[in-house]
Amino acid sequence: MARAFTPKVITANDLLEGDVIYFTADGSWTRNLSEAELITDEAEAQLRLIEAEKQNIKIVGAYLADAKAGPNGPEPTHFREEFRRTGPSNYFHGKQEAEANV
Amino acid sequence: MYKYNEFDEAFLAERNAQFRAQVERRIDGSLTEDEFKPLRLMNGVYLQLHAYMLRVAIPYGTLNPNQMRTLALLAEKWDKGYGHFTTRQNIQYNWPKLRDLPDMLDALGEVGLHAIQTSGNTIRNTTADHFAGAAADELTDPRPYAELIRQWSTDHPEFQFLGRKFKIAITGSSADRAVIKAHDVGLQVVEQDGKVGFKVIVGGGLGRTPMIGQVLREFLPQADLLPYLESVLTVYNVLGRRDNKYKARIKITVSENGIDTYRAMTEEAFMAIRGQYDGTDQQLLEEIKTHFRAPEFRSAPTDAFDAAYANDPVFRAWADTNLHAHRAEGHAIATISIKAHGQTPGDATAEQMRVMADLAEQYAYGELRISHQQNVILPHVHKNDLPAIHATLKAHGLATANIGLISDIIACPGMDYCALATARSIPVAQEIATRFDELKMEHDIGHLQIKISGCINACGHHHVAHIGILGLDRAGVENYQITLGGDATETAAIGTRTGPGFAYDEIVPAVERIVEVYMAQRESAEETFLETYRRIGMEPFKAALYPEAQKKVA
Repeated sequence: MARAFTPKVITANDLLEGDVIYFTADGSWTRNLSEAELITDEAEAQLRLIEAEKQNIKIVGAYLADAKAGPNGPEPTHFREEFRRTGPSNYFHGKQEAEANV
Repeated sequence: MYKYNEFDEAFLAERNAQFRAQVERRIDGSLTEDEFKPLRLMNGVYLQLHAYMLRVAIPYGTLNPNQMRTLALLAEKWDKGYGHFTTRQNIQYNWPKLRDLPDMLDALGEVGLHAIQTSGNTIRNTTADHFAGAAADELTDPRPYAELIRQWSTDHPEFQFLGRKFKIAITGSSADRAVIKAHDVGLQVVEQDGKVGFKVIVGGGLGRTPMIGQVLREFLPQADLLPYLESVLTVYNVLGRRDNKYKARIKITVSENGIDTYRAMTEEAFMAIRGQYDGTDQQLLEEIKTHFRAPEFRSAPTDAFDAAYANDPVFRAWADTNLHAHRAEGHAIATISIKAHGQTPGDATAEQMRVMADLAEQYAYGELRISHQQNVILPHVHKNDLPAIHATLKAHGLATANIGLISDIIACPGMDYCALATARSIPVAQEIATRFDELKMEHDIGHLQIKISGCINACGHHHVAHIGILGLDRAGVENYQITLGGDATETAAIGTRTGPGFAYDEIVPAVERIVEVYMAQRESAEETFLETYRRIGMEPFKAALYPEAQKKVA
């Protein structure tokens, strides 16, 4: 039996701001991982990535990142993606700062 | 220090205008990211985990007060109020926006700073002894040579697409503070028969295959510097591997072909290249040297210093660790630690940068230095001004007395910022510093260098640390390997791995156990950690780190 596919989200950096963004089910971009589209099918993931890369004029470096379903949407499975969705640990900067200011 | 002439100014302005247009073309879609990326990298612009990052060169670590103020301006106007000084005498801004980058480069250009060749497979910022021009043990100031190399290597058409990046370091002292043996080329200014020249070391480097450089030429006459360097690079450009990124650095080229072959090929190339130099470079060097004339050191009593040293224990502790011997009577080299316990090593706020700029202007003959150890230096200070300097530093969180001690840690940005990192470095440094500050042991422990890298590329110089820490990703969890016995000085050595790595929450206790072994085993308070390690070897440290393994053997 083929190995089970780890669900994915598509993530990139915004061209102008440089910050972390995620691809949504309606083909737009969000700054919150919880609003990203969780892709559970391998073939679908590749097609969605091609779709996301059509917007390369305003994004940089889209890739598929492992994720899992959580109660409030997708969550990271690796600490690198945890840092990307939160910000650095030495200062309260990045996404954690932006969220606190909402 | 070096002042740009009209040519330099025009060159930089044009280069910045080109980059501004390139950014516009990326934004309007005329350039793809694949086309834009090499262009932005040539100008020091990376895209990291959370944002763009701008790496600005601080040539040979030298700054004047106005340049430092401009670094503060960038931090405040276009970043989050701070900058990060790196292990290659650069400063990095972690949060710029793409549209702002051309303005940042223009602001830097106004004070003679740039970000050219701070990335890419080019000759990078030439680093120098941070005590250059000031140290009592120095033969001659190496910075004019570093400036000559900067001018020669900047935009050099033959060396814009090397097999890999290329780093040069230079020192004018036999006490190596510039880690010249861990660079692609290391230069030491030496004297032979009353003539100045260079000892040339090649093929050192850290990263995944750490190597100590080997002597390529015992004595290279001063006039042959550029043609000889050009020969070294020409051979590397031809002989260096391009099939495998991890085998592309000159250390691999030298080790695969042998130092004798590399030397023979360099000498052969040198025969051909030398004649192309008509002495213009030497005229330029003489002109550059005039920019680096030492200040007129003043003569004054040191009574205020002596009184503060005798009566103020806090000042005395700072003076004992943060001052070094200056070549002029009555003067000292003062290192400003930007590693307050628990803070990020190498970070300075805009306000702190301005304070240091003001101090340099008022007391230090207008000079500042940045060290690869991520601290700031006032290279020329009259001792009588030190109490006033110390008082100002204290008021701005800059008076930490820890230079050369266990909390004076080198740490790369690691997983908190860097896209290449495999684990965090900064919080490990913060926690080690905090822990040993709580224990109130660090002055008793004495000279001990900890260096931390968050990936195998070793920006944190962990291989040449007394205690080196390498952060890795082991099955999706941060894991830290320890090496002991590395040495970054003229007796350079690569550290030896203790054994299996440690989890994030185990690394600080592991360092503590290593220090306990040292404290128990040292013959006297004068025997440093490195000396003890060299005397007793790895085994006692292993026994303390891996008691379970020891039990199994027994």
